[in-house]
Amino acid sequence: MNFVACVKRVPDTASKIRVGPDGRTMDPAGVTYVVNPYDEFAVEECLRLKEKVGGTVTVLTVGPADSSKELRHCLAMGADRAVLVKDDQLQRDPLSTAMALAEALKQIPHDVVFFGKQAVDHDNAQVGLLVATLLDLPAVAEVVKVELGSGTATVQREAEGKIEVFELPVPCVLTAQKGLNEPRYASLKGIMAAKSKKLDELAVAPGEVRIEVLKMEPPSARPEGKIVGEGAAAVPALVKLLREDAKVL
Amino acid sequence: MSSEYRGVDFYAIDDLLTEEQRLVRDTVRDFVSEQVCPIIAEHARAGTFPHDLTPKMGEINVFGANLPEEYGCAGLDNISYGLIMQELERGDSGVRSFASVQGALVMYPIFKFGTEAQKRKWLPQLAKGSAIGCFGLTEPDHGSDPAGMTTRATRKGAGWVVHGNKMWITNGTLADVAVVWAQTEDGIQGFLLEKGMKGFSAPEMKGKLSLRASVTSELVMDHVEVPEENRLPNVKGLKGPLSCLTQARYGIAWGAVGAAQGVFDEAVNYAKSRIQFGKPIASFQLNQRKFADMVTEITKAQLVVWRLGKLKDDGKMTPQQVSLAKRNNVKIALDAARTCREILGANGILDEYTAMRHAANLESVHTYEGTYEIHTLVLGAAVTGIDAYR
Ligand SMILES: Cc1cc2nc3c(=O)[nH]c(=O)nc-3n(C[C@H](O)[C@H](O)[C@H](O)COP(=O)(O)OP(=O)(O)OC[C@H]3O[C@@H](n4cnc5c(N)ncnc54)[C@H](O)[C@@H]3O)c2cc1C
Repeated sequence: MNFVACVKRVPDTASKIRVGPDGRTMDPAGVTYVVNPYDEFAVEECLRLKEKVGGTVTVLTVGPADSSKELRHCLAMGADRAVLVKDDQLQRDPLSTAMALAEALKQIPHDVVFFGKQAVDHDNAQVGLLVATLLDLPAVAEVVKVELGSGTATVQREAEGKIEVFELPVPCVLTAQKGLNEPRYASLKGIMAAKSKKLDELAVAPGEVRIEVLKMEPPSARPEGKIVGEGAAAVPALVKLLREDAKVL
Repeated sequence: MSSEYRGVDFYAIDDLLTEEQRLVRDTVRDFVSEQVCPIIAEHARAGTFPHDLTPKMGEINVFGANLPEEYGCAGLDNISYGLIMQELERGDSGVRSFASVQGALVMYPIFKFGTEAQKRKWLPQLAKGSAIGCFGLTEPDHGSDPAGMTTRATRKGAGWVVHGNKMWITNGTLADVAVVWAQTEDGIQGFLLEKGMKGFSAPEMKGKLSLRASVTSELVMDHVEVPEENRLPNVKGLKGPLSCLTQARYGIAWGAVGAAQGVFDEAVNYAKSRIQFGKPIASFQLNQRKFADMVTEITKAQLVVWRLGKLKDDGKMTPQQVSLAKRNNVKIALDAARTCREILGANGILDEYTAMRHAANLESVHTYEGTYEIHTLVLGAAVTGIDAYR
């Protein structure tokens, strides 16, 4: 089976995000990048499925040339091949990204296309499902368990107070939720092996960007908290404030 | 995965690293953040080695990572290897010590001086961490002066009898195989003693106030019969053990940089959030002076080991150059740990923070693998041509 994990590089969570001089994009100075954590679940799941049923795992990204580091990380985890669709555009909307990925996927054999449920930079949570729509493939978002049958995938997703179980035909699109698996570390041997694996560049016409970011600004500083006192003696005052000021009780 | 910890890189030294070296560093960094940092203080407190880490470290191939793939190792370059040591020691010097002993003091001599059969038998297991090794050179009465060792190996029939005592042996009690150096009629030679050999025991030493998350042992060898096939045939004389120490010291020089970066990172974060006199303590000039000094020393130490790694990869590294790096980097790390402890005030003495544990650990690192003084004398001899310690 052909597994494709679509991954995105995102600023790591320790990076301090600053707005760039244009007031519309992030200042890249001092930012380090990692594979989007939800996408790492997707890569891990593809690797596990491949280990069970055989096949190949391809990782695919749309991003700047520097994304090769994140692709190498996925190759070091065990993916067989990486494909980079080079894109230096600073602003991109989910649909234009999805169009580029869909075009690329037309040239990459795929039975299961896995995404993270969202990228932790912009948190749009759209791209996986948009790609499914563009390719006219069935999709389930936020899966926490996957089993492959003959020509089908049975998947679970957690919904409010229940677990939903779906069966869908392959090829299909899935997006990964936390809890799906525990991603492996890239082993050091894997890093060495990744050097000789193929990292191909694919040129596809990117989709048109139709959503424009007009302004980016840091969140306003939070108002200072209030300390009403210490220990049990402070409880009545706290209850009063919660009732009368915050009106949450 | 990504960790909050970012290390120190004031001089864009990252730009000197290849993409692969950065991946190696980041992989081990994440491993340490997730697997070592959360559990290490408890082990240090209890005086136990975190055994769960051994197979996990084997799985990501940290042991003997610069040895070839045909023996189950990762076959990495020496800068990658150094970066592994750097990140492990950011977690704890005891964890790095475990890996140094396994890789540089046990796997390396078997690889370099052993028979093909010894390599096939031991290296893959040691790489996986399914076997543990130790290195026995130091004796109760011979530390800085190992040439005077009294452990002897004498021929008996086709094999050997090894008799004597070793002390301060990291991993001794845990080890499945001990590389033991002994006097023979042909000079000092290395032998592979295996757990369970008659007359061989390795009681753990207790009461350490440093490297508490590492096992240190005596090796007691009471007329242990060792077959000829367990002798390392390809080296004789003190250069055998000394060449292993050069490998291990190379890793220590990198490791110390990791410890220094770890305590520095902790102290900077602490100082920015700790308020006294209505301001963060980071705003006081006395503390800023400390940070300025530390970031300078860490940067210098990083450049020293990076260059040393290049020399090693080019086959040009000398033991004297390793002495410079080990001596300097451990010293600046020890000083940084003490300074960071100071910046943390009373909190600095708690094991909730890392500074005091690192400071205590680095006391051992300062002393083992050639004390600070011995490396001073090595450098003195290198400069003047006059040996001051022999
Ligand atoms: C935690 C720990 C783990 C260790 N693990 C191992 C291991 O796995 N395998 C192993 O073989 N050994 C190991 N060692 C031993 C270590 O290498 C020795 O402790 C070290 O070589 C110093 O020897 P010593 O302690 O006998 O000190 P000594 O040699 O007695 O030195 C005492 C002091 O005198 C100074 N001194 C000695 N000679 C001179 C001189 N000529 N000129 C000036 N100053 C001098 C020293 O610098 C030191 O300050 C370990 C030690 C520790 C603490």
